[in-house]
Amino acid sequence: MGKPARELDISEITKAVRRMCISANYNVPDGSIQALKKALETEASGVGREVLARILENHRIAREECLAACQDTGVAMVFVEAGQDVRFVGGELYDAINEGVRQGYRDGYLRKSVVTDPLFERVNTGDNTPAFIYVDIVPGRDVKITVAAKGGGAENMSGLRMLTPAAGVEGIKQFVVEQVANAGPNPCPPVVVGVGIGGTFDRVAVLAKKALLRSVGSHNSHPMYAKLEAELLEEINKLGIGPQGFGGRTTALGVNIEFAPCHIASLPVAVNLNCHVGPHESVIL
Amino acid sequence: MARRINTPLTDDVIKTLKAGDNVLISGVIYTARDAAHKRLVALIEKGEQLPMEIRGQVIYYVGPCPAKPGIAIGSAGPTTSGRMDPYAPILMENGLKGMIGKGRRSDSVRSAMVKWNAVYFAAIGGAGALLSKCVKAAELVAYEDLGPEAIRRLTVEDFPVVVVNDAHGNDLYEQGVKEYRIK
Repeated sequence: MGKPARELDISEITKAVRRMCISANYNVPDGSIQALKKALETEASGVGREVLARILENHRIAREECLAACQDTGVAMVFVEAGQDVRFVGGELYDAINEGVRQGYRDGYLRKSVVTDPLFERVNTGDNTPAFIYVDIVPGRDVKITVAAKGGGAENMSGLRMLTPAAGVEGIKQFVVEQVANAGPNPCPPVVVGVGIGGTFDRVAVLAKKALLRSVGSHNSHPMYAKLEAELLEEINKLGIGPQGFGGRTTALGVNIEFAPCHIASLPVAVNLNCHVGPHESVIL
Repeated sequence: MARRINTPLTDDVIKTLKAGDNVLISGVIYTARDAAHKRLVALIEKGEQLPMEIRGQVIYYVGPCPAKPGIAIGSAGPTTSGRMDPYAPILMENGLKGMIGKGRRSDSVRSAMVKWNAVYFAAIGGAGALLSKCVKAAELVAYEDLGPEAIRRLTVEDFPVVVVNDAHGNDLYEQGVKEYRIK
C-alpha cells in the first residue's frame, strides 16, 4: 500500500500563477542582470556600453517601482511539472492557471497581448488568456510551476530546421549563428539564445523554449553540450550586431541548449530567442 | 552628446540628422502598431480623413502597458518596426516625417525615407520602464477597441532615440555590424 495521493487545492495554483505573472515581469532574472553587468565591462563599443547602462537602469527602475521591465509582457507560458502522487482538487487545473493569468495581468497593470484567432478576427481577448500550458507528469508529491512571459519580438525571430545526421556539429552551429545573424537588431539584443537539438519536429521547438527557462550563465550538465554552448556564444558575439544592433561585441548574453533522443534519420534543431529581459519565474508547491 | 529636437519635424531638421546621432525628442508623438496602421492606410485609400494630422508628425511603434493610478503611462518601449513596413511608405507620402521603433526596415521603406525626406529612430527595446518616464501625458485618439494597439497622443520630454535611417540613405545597423564584425 503506497501513501495516499497528496491533495492540492487548485486555488493555490491560481494564487501562484497570479503572483509569478506580476513578479516575473517586474523583476528581470538575476542571471541576466549579472550577464549585463559583465557585458558592460567588456563591451568594445561606446554606444553599446551606453545602451547596456540604460538597460540596467531600466531593469532597476522596473524592480524598484514595480513596473513591467518591457511593455511586451508577452503571452503567459505556464510549465507544470506535476508529481504523479498529487491529486488536484477544487476545480480544473487549466481553469485555475488561466484564472491566475487573468488576475495577474489585470492586477499587475500588464499588457494584454493575446488575440482570439490568428488570421481573420484577431480580436484581443482582453485578459491575456488563454495561457500556453505544458504539463509534464514527474515522480513525487510536488508540483513545480514555471511562468514565462514570452514577448512577440524575439519569438518572431525564432526558427527550426530538420537537419540530417551528416550535418553534425557544424550544421547545428551554422544554423544557430545564421538565425541570430538574420534576426539582427529585431529581437532587442543582447539576446538569450535557446537551442533545442534532437527530438521531433514538434519536440525540438519545446526544447528550445525550455532551454530559455534555464538561467543565463548556467550550462548544460552534459560536458559536450556545455562546450557547444560556449562555442556558439563566442561565434554569435563575433557577428558585430551588438546591443540593440547598433554595433558591438555583446549580441548574446548566453546560449542554452537542451537536447533529446531522436530518430536515426534526423537531426532537428530549433532556435528560440529571448531579449535581455526574458521574464520567467518558478515555484514549487 | 544628444541633440534636442521638437515635434512636428521640419524638413530642415530632418536633413541635418545622420544615422548614429543621439537625439532627445520633445513634443507630441502618436502611437500606432500593425492593427492601427492597417486602418489608417484603409482610410487613405478610400480618401477619408485620418483620426489625427500626420503631416510633419512622428509615429511611435508601441503598445504600452496600462498606466497605474497617478502615472501617465505604463511601460512603453518600442515594438519591432518591420511589421509596419507594408504601411509606412504611403504614410510618408501623406506627410509622415518620423518613425520610432526598433529593428530593420525594408528596402522600400528606406527608399521612401529618402524620397519623402523622413527619418527612422530606434528607442531601446526592452527599456519600457525607463522610456515611460519621458511620457508626460497620454490621451486616446482612436480605435479604443484595439486595446494596447489603440492610437494615443503622447506628450514626451527628452525622449531618447538614435537615428537608424536618415533621409540620405544611411543605415546605422549596417554601419554597426561592419565596424564590429570579426571575420
